[in-house]
Amino acid sequence: MIRITRKFRFSASHRLHAAELSADANRELYGKCNNPYGHGHNYEIEVTARGPVDDMTGRAVDLRLLERLVREHVVGPLDQKSLNADVAEFQAKVPTTENLAIEIYRRLTQAWRSVFPGEWPVLERVRIVETARNIFEIGEAHGQK
Amino acid sequence: MFITKRVEFSASHACRNPRLSDRENEELFGAAANPHGHGHNYVLEVTLEGEPDPVTGMVLDLKKLKELVQDEVVEKYDHRFLNFEVPPFDHVVPTPENIAIDVWGRLKPHLAGNGVRLHGVRVYETSDLYVDYFGESA
Repeated sequence: MIRITRKFRFSASHRLHAAELSADANRELYGKCNNPYGHGHNYEIEVTARGPVDDMTGRAVDLRLLERLVREHVVGPLDQKSLNADVAEFQAKVPTTENLAIEIYRRLTQAWRSVFPGEWPVLERVRIVETARNIFEIGEAHGQK
Repeated sequence: MFITKRVEFSASHACRNPRLSDRENEELFGAAANPHGHGHNYVLEVTLEGEPDPVTGMVLDLKKLKELVQDEVVEKYDHRFLNFEVPPFDHVVPTPENIAIDVWGRLKPHLAGNGVRLHGVRVYETSDLYVDYFGESA
């Protein structure tokens, strides 16, 4: 089996604010990230797919299909957006990068079969680099289905 | 414990399968099928698994690992047109997937024993695209 990882980038803003908590508690918990006007990141996401190498093409995944899938369901809808204001899933959920990872993984899993209907390749993991110092990973190894 | 050695090589390749027609290759691989080839600065990471020797404190002398990767891979790949100069890429498409598998096959026989095991090979074709291979069974 081969794991192939493709990196994508998008820029978005977010504000960390939990509706269940008071204004003071939010300020204390999230600090600067609670700024009411939000702030932004250049997110990098790594998408890893796993599969056997096709004898004819030498490829484990058709990268054009993978790129189209990620652009259509992740990069397009999230790039140059306010996650809180523009993305439905974050109307009620705090757009931490943990929750963003879960949402991106959900989107890719949901659309995967329409693009890759066969047994292979499978989605193995998504890794998000929020900043060079904050990195999040989700996938099969962490019990995601 | 894992230890990783990183090396670089530059090579050209064309993503073409000689069993397919020009048109089929272009449909399958797009611009990468250009028969004149194109190049990459590849980055190769070789990861070994083992425990540090109680005397030397090393899993394997990284100098030795560097020499091995240099002799078995870099010397063969660097500044070559893979399809024409480096078997098996005369008949195997030199995608990063197949490069990772070939590198694994070149290194594996030299890394058996001494409590050291080849764990994985990672090939970066560009900084935005890489492939991992952990052997046939993984």
